[in-house]
Amino acid sequence: MDLLYKIFFDPFVQMGSAPDLLVQTLWEGLVSGVLYALIALGFVLIFKASGVFNFAQGIMVVFAALTLVGLHAMLRQWGVSSGTIAAYLALAMTVAVMFGLAFAIERLVLRPLVNQPDIILFMATFGMTYFLIGLGELVFGGEPKVMIADDLHLPRGAIDVKMLGGFVSFQKLDIAAALIASVMVAVLAVFFQKTRIGRALRAVADSHKAALSVGISLEQIWVVVWFAAGIVALVTGIMWGARSDVSFALETVALKALPVLILGGFTSIPGAIVGGIIIGVGEKLGEFYWGPLIGSGIESWLAYVIALVFLLFRPQGLFGERIIERI
Amino acid sequence: MRAPSGPNVAVGDVLLSVENVSLSFGGVKAVSDVSFDIRKGEIRAIIGPNGAGKTSMLNIINGFYQPQQGRITFNGQTRSKMRPHDAAHGGIARTFQNVALFRGMTVLDNIMTGRTLKMHKNFFWQLLRFGPALTEEVEHRLRVEEIIDFLKIQNIRRTPVAQLPYGLQKRLELGRALAMEPDLLLLDEPMAGMNLEEKEDMSRFILDANNHFGTTIALIEHDMGVVMDLSDRVVVLDHGIRIADGTPDEVKSNQAVIDAYLGVAH
Repeated sequence: MDLLYKIFFDPFVQMGSAPDLLVQTLWEGLVSGVLYALIALGFVLIFKASGVFNFAQGIMVVFAALTLVGLHAMLRQWGVSSGTIAAYLALAMTVAVMFGLAFAIERLVLRPLVNQPDIILFMATFGMTYFLIGLGELVFGGEPKVMIADDLHLPRGAIDVKMLGGFVSFQKLDIAAALIASVMVAVLAVFFQKTRIGRALRAVADSHKAALSVGISLEQIWVVVWFAAGIVALVTGIMWGARSDVSFALETVALKALPVLILGGFTSIPGAIVGGIIIGVGEKLGEFYWGPLIGSGIESWLAYVIALVFLLFRPQGLFGERIIERI
Repeated sequence: MRAPSGPNVAVGDVLLSVENVSLSFGGVKAVSDVSFDIRKGEIRAIIGPNGAGKTSMLNIINGFYQPQQGRITFNGQTRSKMRPHDAAHGGIARTFQNVALFRGMTVLDNIMTGRTLKMHKNFFWQLLRFGPALTEEVEHRLRVEEIIDFLKIQNIRRTPVAQLPYGLQKRLELGRALAMEPDLLLLDEPMAGMNLEEKEDMSRFILDANNHFGTTIALIEHDMGVVMDLSDRVVVLDHGIRIADGTPDEVKSNQAVIDAYLGVAH
């Protein structure tokens, strides 16, 4: 009885008795959810346009962030005195690098594998992952680096709001991250659904030969989509990096995108964001209110359990395309 | 027998000519030394028993396969090598034997993809879907609506393609090809697996497309009744070799064709 009380009543009593703490927890969950969603977004982009689960998305985040920080340091060394100018110059250069990366991936990995089964392309993304890890360590070194948040003029500090008989503190950086992520998701959703290139991307995912027959160039589409995924990776890298630091450990965060994708559906951009928020909020609430019951640490696996439960009821995810099979 | 082509169709100059084309896969000769032409405004049928090389021929014209020998002249331009999306740029549209639609997308979006090459506004406007890109989108949507009316599929506009019955999928594939406003439309067995009523509908659409839009059509079909009714000229392949070429009447009475279809006593 006592255990049942602790599971089903006590947490809610706590929530009710300290609403400011609840709001704070929800906010923290929301923010980490938005960041999960950003990572998931990179996966969704590539999955939508090529039906391939891109294992390398996580390392692309790290690689983009490392490139940005590395180039910034180099520019400073070469005598660019203003940190701000160096930062934005490095940003532009990183965008160019991500474009080059997309171009190279299309040329060297995807093009030779046209018409191969999806599993082959999936394995190829494994290869890309290890290649990028190696390249990143070779060029920028393996030690953790600090994101150039100040030079990029990302907001710092927190806003403390008095509410519900206490204080809730909102990190300005978190607010910025949430805003940027929302704008990106909105733009990408409209782009995919309503424009020529967006349609072409979805068409390529559905059928290569039909896409070719209406005059869509696979090469061009793949460069566009990998470039878009690279930009999403860069933004993710900056935001995550500013919260912790830039290291290869960041790559494992990408695995958190998996439950988000299962929840939201592999093909849905709004699904990525809603899935991300459900996972993020669920994790934080679970950790804070139910965690102490079993000695904490549930944050690392709770996401997968949440995803599993959703999977039982909606195998295609919350927003995924319906699975239609004509018999 | 088909009445003489409608008044708006003037069967005229040669649009596409295939000269001595050969294609083999390893030791298998899919097409050997085949020549024929397609004239502007006509409906041209390619027939033959299974494995005759009909689809291979279409794939060559469309750029999916590259012939080892021979020349293809389309719209006055001779080429030896071409890729499918170049063919689409050049004005060749096609449908497939086993329907190749974008299954996850709606009917409307599928036909809109046919407009891809007609839309030119750049990436950044597209990203915002604003200004010129939006105007363009609306303009092309209008053209697509005309095709939807033409094919009488207004009521399924927003249905995901995978939910549609087979006959409608075939019709939609024709719609997507027509949306490209092609100079040459290649139809690979447009009536395969259809019942009589569906076949009649499809024949009507093909004739109308030829009449109203003046589209030149090359089609592969197994239903002899349909082929003889629809087409102006017929080329017959067997084992990759051209065995006859002429009007439906000529072909029907050709001994080599009869042998190929019915077999000869050895």
